[in-house]
Amino acid sequence: MSTFTAIGEDREIDQEEFTPGVEPQATWCPGCGDFGVLKALKGAMPEVGRTPDETLLVTGIGCSGKLSSYFESYGFHSIHGRALPVARAAKLANPGLEVIAAGGDGDGYGIGGNHFMHTARENHDMTYIVFNNEIFGLTKGQTSPTSPKGHESKTQPHGSAKDPVRPMSLSLASGASYVARTAAVNPRQAQEILVEAIQHDGFAHIDFLTQCPTWNKDAKEYVPYTDIQDSDEFDLDTGDRREAAETMYEAESRLYEGEVLTGRFYHDPDRPSYGEEKRAQGDVPEEPVAERYFEDGEWERTADRLIDRHT
Amino acid sequence: MTDQTLMWRIAGGSGDGIDSTSQNFAKALMRSGLNVFTHRHYPSRIRGGHTYVEVRASNEPVRSRGDGFNFLLALGDSFARSEQDGAYYGNEKVKPLTESLADLNEGGVVLYDTGFFEEADIAEIRLEERAEENGWHVYPMDLRGLAREHGREVMRNTAGVGAAAALLGQDTGYFEELVREAMSGEVMEANLTILEMAYEQASEFEFSHDLRVPTGGHDTDQALMSGSNAIAYAALDSGCRFIAGYPMTPWTDVFTIMSQNLSEFGGVAEQVEDEIAAASLAIGASHAGVKSMSGSSGGGFALMSEPLGLAEMTETPLVLVEAMRAGPSTGMPTKTEQADLEHVLYTSQGDSNRVVFAPGNLEEAYEQTRTAFQVAYDYQIPAILLYDQKLGGEMRNVDVDFFDREPDPSLGATLTEEEISEAAHHESGKFERYRHDPDDGVSPRSVPGQTGGRFLASGNEHNAVGHISEDPDNRKAQMDRRVRKLERVRAELDDSEHSHQTHHGPADADLGMLVWGSQQDTVFEAVDRLNAAGHEVKALGVSDMLPYPETEVRGFLESVRECVVVEMNATGQFRGLTQKELGQYGEKLASLLKYDGEAFEPGEVVEGFESSIDGGQPAAGNMRFVPAAGD
Repeated sequence: MSTFTAIGEDREIDQEEFTPGVEPQATWCPGCGDFGVLKALKGAMPEVGRTPDETLLVTGIGCSGKLSSYFESYGFHSIHGRALPVARAAKLANPGLEVIAAGGDGDGYGIGGNHFMHTARENHDMTYIVFNNEIFGLTKGQTSPTSPKGHESKTQPHGSAKDPVRPMSLSLASGASYVARTAAVNPRQAQEILVEAIQHDGFAHIDFLTQCPTWNKDAKEYVPYTDIQDSDEFDLDTGDRREAAETMYEAESRLYEGEVLTGRFYHDPDRPSYGEEKRAQGDVPEEPVAERYFEDGEWERTADRLIDRHT
Repeated sequence: MTDQTLMWRIAGGSGDGIDSTSQNFAKALMRSGLNVFTHRHYPSRIRGGHTYVEVRASNEPVRSRGDGFNFLLALGDSFARSEQDGAYYGNEKVKPLTESLADLNEGGVVLYDTGFFEEADIAEIRLEERAEENGWHVYPMDLRGLAREHGREVMRNTAGVGAAAALLGQDTGYFEELVREAMSGEVMEANLTILEMAYEQASEFEFSHDLRVPTGGHDTDQALMSGSNAIAYAALDSGCRFIAGYPMTPWTDVFTIMSQNLSEFGGVAEQVEDEIAAASLAIGASHAGVKSMSGSSGGGFALMSEPLGLAEMTETPLVLVEAMRAGPSTGMPTKTEQADLEHVLYTSQGDSNRVVFAPGNLEEAYEQTRTAFQVAYDYQIPAILLYDQKLGGEMRNVDVDFFDREPDPSLGATLTEEEISEAAHHESGKFERYRHDPDDGVSPRSVPGQTGGRFLASGNEHNAVGHISEDPDNRKAQMDRRVRKLERVRAELDDSEHSHQTHHGPADADLGMLVWGSQQDTVFEAVDRLNAAGHEVKALGVSDMLPYPETEVRGFLESVRECVVVEMNATGQFRGLTQKELGQYGEKLASLLKYDGEAFEPGEVVEGFESSIDGGQPAAGNMRFVPAAGD
């Protein structure tokens, strides 16, 4: 019998279970794209069959970081940029958990860029949602890593001289095994992609376009959007790394030309997750490490195993 | 004691196998019944650069490096740079000989490799003349040639050990035993031959020295290990099954030992992208219900500042170890110092809320690492073990029985599902993980995956279920509760049967020395010598940095007229902490400081103390005396 009875529980799940009674309403601005992420995530959970008690949502800092306040599950509202290292260790400690990390574009592609690269490289079995609104919102409208070149703000008064980060290209090059882009304005696609990402056994990265009507673009500016899977222009084999790279590059460039391209860009279902790799080489035990602490059993002693080599 | 003490130094270059040879030498002496203690000196360089290890051995307990040394085995630096006009590093090739001779005691023995040091080198450093002046006994031997003839050149270390054994009147039995245990086949045979040949060849010298390996005997089985071993083993015995880290000297030793053993112990070791990630992973694993640790040295620990604060705020149990080296910045990577005390006590934004222990020796390192885990999980507070390059790297023999302990896998204040079902919940169904009311400040936690335990952990100020709240009353209640935990830790440590503080010397002495961390046993040896020389001095070794052991230190300071605080930093950080915590004694506390990268020798402490009584600066070494206020 599992010590964590919530894990693997098989029952009907109502998406309303994911609305926290203690804080049912979000503080996001009217028209904010973040509502779209919350709704899509709530919608996806019953579909993937995971309950609030077996889900750990780790968030960063910023408007996006508050997702864990408005989504009922075990939550960890961590530090700016550090959601991924917290989340991936929890997954290693207890692989039965459904681990989801979320944060903004500054959080994931700026201050936490190093963790993003390495978590993708390691291919942990988890989902990472990046709220990409091309701006620092909560701190009131500064230029962010995905703001377009030339973006003017109080901290970039002469316009940013930097090219924006290419989130999907970075993700692919780093080793993510599922890469998609969706948009808050397209709730049906967003939920489908979230379901796929959560079900994917590896690092699934979603660049989620979330409009910031207060400091940047409003919803209208993400319409019309094109789903590359439905478009005649693209005939992408999402298992082909080269094709994926080219299509991502196009999508990332065209976003700044006013064309919103979304959909699945890369999917490698065969690459083993980090946990699988580690278990296969005997680096991590088969049983979740966290379970041992709640069960009776012998614990190894250095006196029995290590002291002899020093005598 | 000095007369019966062997202080043997093996000197060569990095990459010449100096460290492993010295460990074998120390182990052989330990097996022969002696107490041993090693002191390592090495440069921040993969190959080449003067490296040495001293092995102090005696039939009496040895708990410190000695004053200088009395036997030099000079092998030479195989990876030395060529001497060039204008280059500041001079003739690196001869440094294992020249730099070591500067510290060799009068009447000492020099065994050097003529296969490496040529006649011109020896003439250049005036070895013959200096030997005459200092009463050294010099034995040149072609160790390299011997190794080459019977095996390979790298086996010259074995030849050196064989020759040293002969000169010291030690038979080679224990050395042979170690070769047989570690090697096999042709390599073993070649080493055994070289050991024997070198022994025989050195026996042919006409010995002019009296120094011999003392004889001794142990009543109990002994183990030779480092402070880093003790820290890692305590973590494993505490049920720690997760470590994340990034390499940095000298913390790497603990990280390596844990990484090599954790999978065997059913745990997980992660080498990650940086120290921010390392501390954050330890938090993530601990949050998910696994006893976890991370660590680094000063620079890496600086990156852990923000996660450390997150652990304080979310009350995630966490153990960090910090292995100090000489700073600031990259400083001197392989040299010891005690200058990160203030860094570790106060880093991270907001009021700090953590426990910090600085063990004084190997046994204390083990005990206090265990206490760190216990406190961290019982009180949901970060506990930091602060040590340094010296304590981490020095090796000593210790009773095997010392490690015969019960493991402690307790997660402390963590509930089972059954307990959660009976615990208080908000009407929305969320578990009240951060209640205001616990007397001891500890509000028990649940772990993700447990039915009915949902809560939000947040680095923002939060209410009972963890949701973000900036309500002033809630803020005050939560701050008060978190601060209360530290006071409870203080009470628990004060009530403990085994204080982390160690008294040494006659209780009625009216002069005192305060010491913290790794310099403790060196100071205690100095105290013994000072009392033998007619002074009346006692010392207190302090390990609890936070919560500070007010009562014990106050009692000690009240009992002495004057007190010298001995520490390895330039600004007297522990003296400052003591004055801050006790709010007085500025007129009683003087400082004896050293910050040149080399740990105190007991003789230096003696000299520093004696000159301080006269109000003067110590003449020897790079020590600095800072008088008490008003003096």
